[in-house]
Amino acid sequence: MTQVVVIGAGPAGLAAAVRARGRGAEVVLVDAMAQVGGQYWRRPPEGPGGDGPLPGNDARRFAVLRERLAADPGCRVLTGTQVWALEQRPGLPPEVHLLQESPDGENRRLVLAPQALVLATGAHDRTLPFPGWDLPGVFTAGAAQTLAKGEGLPVGRRVLVAGAGPFLLPAAVSLAAAGARVVGVHEAASLGRLADGYLSRPWESAGALGKTLELGRYALAHARHRIPYRTASAVVAAHGAQRVESVTVAALDAEWAPVPGTGRELEVDAVCVSHGFTPRLELAVAAGCRIASGRAVLVDAAQRTSVPGVYAAGEITGTGGAHLALAEGAVAGHCAAGGDVADPGLRGIRRLRRVHAAFARRLEAAHAVRPGWRGWLDDATTVCRCEGVTVGTLREVAAATGSAGMRSLRLTTRAGLGMCQGRVCGRTVEELLGVEGAGDHRPVAVPVRLGDLASEPVAVELVDSTSAHRMKPVEPCGTQRANRGGA
Amino acid sequence: MTPGAAMTPGAEVVVVGAGIVGAAVARALALAGVGVTVLDRGPAACGTSASGEGNILVSDKAPGPELELARHSAGLWPALAAELTEELGPRFPALEYEPKGGLVVATTAEGAAGLTGFAAAQRDAGVLATELSADQALALEPWLTPDPAAVVHYPEDAQIQPVVATEALLASARLHGARLRVGCEVLGPVVARGRLVGLRTTGGDIAADQVVVAAGPWSGEVAARLGVDLPVLPRRGVVLVTARMPQRVFHKVYDADYVGAVASGAEDLQTSGVVESTPAGTVLIGSSREHVGFDATLRVRVLRELAARALRLFPFLADVPVQRAYGGFRPYTPDHLPVIGPDPRLPGLWHATGHEGAGIGLSAATAELLRDLLLDRTPTLAATPFAVDRYVLTSTAPPTAAGTEHG
Repeated sequence: MTQVVVIGAGPAGLAAAVRARGRGAEVVLVDAMAQVGGQYWRRPPEGPGGDGPLPGNDARRFAVLRERLAADPGCRVLTGTQVWALEQRPGLPPEVHLLQESPDGENRRLVLAPQALVLATGAHDRTLPFPGWDLPGVFTAGAAQTLAKGEGLPVGRRVLVAGAGPFLLPAAVSLAAAGARVVGVHEAASLGRLADGYLSRPWESAGALGKTLELGRYALAHARHRIPYRTASAVVAAHGAQRVESVTVAALDAEWAPVPGTGRELEVDAVCVSHGFTPRLELAVAAGCRIASGRAVLVDAAQRTSVPGVYAAGEITGTGGAHLALAEGAVAGHCAAGGDVADPGLRGIRRLRRVHAAFARRLEAAHAVRPGWRGWLDDATTVCRCEGVTVGTLREVAAATGSAGMRSLRLTTRAGLGMCQGRVCGRTVEELLGVEGAGDHRPVAVPVRLGDLASEPVAVELVDSTSAHRMKPVEPCGTQRANRGGA
Repeated sequence: MTPGAAMTPGAEVVVVGAGIVGAAVARALALAGVGVTVLDRGPAACGTSASGEGNILVSDKAPGPELELARHSAGLWPALAAELTEELGPRFPALEYEPKGGLVVATTAEGAAGLTGFAAAQRDAGVLATELSADQALALEPWLTPDPAAVVHYPEDAQIQPVVATEALLASARLHGARLRVGCEVLGPVVARGRLVGLRTTGGDIAADQVVVAAGPWSGEVAARLGVDLPVLPRRGVVLVTARMPQRVFHKVYDADYVGAVASGAEDLQTSGVVESTPAGTVLIGSSREHVGFDATLRVRVLRELAARALRLFPFLADVPVQRAYGGFRPYTPDHLPVIGPDPRLPGLWHATGHEGAGIGLSAATAELLRDLLLDRTPTLAATPFAVDRYVLTSTAPPTAAGTEHG
């Protein structure tokens, strides 16, 4: 019987686990969060008042996937479990090194040696810097949505949402539903580019009708909450003494450069920004998978990566949203469990994958980051928040050393050396300096206490389902984003 | 003994490798008025020089030629660091030169005997090495394990930010007329009348009166492309970096096994605990030594051993998170001595490599020695122990077949 480990329990990972079980494989599903569902299906914590009905977002589909796995003794779900390292094995998928942290300090190190591995690690928000973006009160749209959906807390009373991409709409709706006054959604892409992306060759979108309806639903919700929506517009600065008190929004040209003279100040107490997504590639890189240009794991029709026995699905193969992730996950799980991508049972899934991939390309064309954003930076703008590196320092050091190597630039500027390890600023730094980086080479994928690192790992029996050895999920102490404080 | 020596005025030297040794050599030659071009197949300061802790050590070297080189180099660094800081101004990132001293700690009775004997021999060779009681050691390092078997204090050990140091040497060399060509890989020699007169590279042919190979662990490969055999091999090492924290480690502190691991040529994994903090507030934890070629994949077993050894020295580290790990390749030679000087098999070819894990510290003296040999000056130190001749006793005539003959 094939033993499949799936990393990430969002739409792609859940679909992969269910499909791999459907082919009879033993499955271990690992996620850093306390619950399965990922960012897309995040909901209040379990317990009284929690675990309520999921608002929209294919709630039924999630319930089906989750319940099938919960009722299935052949699938072990390790929530609250972080993958901190992958160790490559010649000709085989890598060993998976896990960390289960517990509040009482009784952390455990586990190790899995799968026959097939599905990587479904997802993505996190990409945020472009602007003057004042490091003030309290500036959030990623993802973090704001997490608080709104997960805790019912709006991040502010008067909130502005800005950036690029369809994710701005649900983020704004979540905020409004949690009680915030959303003073506007500012989409950086121009109306022309949006029209080109969404409306050209409409027959191609026919299959993605659900997607279009979903966006329509959000648009209606916007109308209901009276949220103004502007295109070719961006937050180019945030102001405030202790925290955000106002923002400057400005009109952008087609390349996202601010149009001089168009800036106006709006009073807000919070700003949510998102400029698309950055895939979480460190585990794919650690596994040795080839990464295509544009930061996507290279996969074939069966979602196979360049490493034997390693499959990838969801956002790490290219930003595409939950529906594409579900389809890719299903193919990956099926094939990881020994199935063939050409199997008739996958026909519908393959069609969905094709349709949603085409739709994702339209979104990318419409919302992709344009280079003019550098025009809203000044020398004092922070680039790397962890280490406090400004645009001015970055440029000054690069000019002083004349270096063209990212390793040297990182170590001489310290940009990207802090707690987030360049997850937030890495792409920004590369684009500002015009130097290609080592991408997402983070062999220690999340922080590990030295005491845990020095301890003997427990080998997890994939097949064992006796209660004595069954993993007890523990509360997570951090996320894959490694946002823990210092020592 | 120096067939390539006697530089004519206006002569041009090409240095292969923009790591710290190549950078130091380039600067020393540029200051002496020699035309220098530094080549690197990648960007500068991104190989071995960017993969270590920035050691300038005398404590880990047994009496002999390498200790002499290390002591001389450690003596050059304070003035060199001050000169670079002065020359490059406040806008250049800080070199972080810290003469903080080293503490070597034995945790077993057996280790204690070895350590005190080693320190006594070093003292005879002129090294400052003071045995400390446990109380004295804890006064210097309050968070150290409370019951060390023996501790020796080496006040001459220092640390520097190695990437900034390399970039600073290169920037200074450029100020004195040197040129840097990155993304330029050596393909083969240009040989005329049995003498190396240039290099074939991915950026075209480059004429040179002398060529210095300072390509660290890749020096063996570069030498092979030039038609000579040089036994420099990669020896992998890994460093763990913790999150930032208030400073609790004040010296370079390592366990007494480190000296044995450095001197060993064993094929298998060797680890020893080496712990120090950086001005940025992180703690660096080394050190491992493996002969795995240029294989850079992570091995959890190595990280685990490093962590366990560090905890033996500083138990408080158990609760400190490791934030990242980085690895690199040391240029290893079978007798653990660097190769510095002309290659008798191919006139015009010089080597400055094979410093294993000590290249940051040894770069200053290496550059001085190589400059003196190239310019036919009398070196401060004896050059013979580092001569490539020790590897070529059985070698034949200079191979020229691989090269392009120029008339």
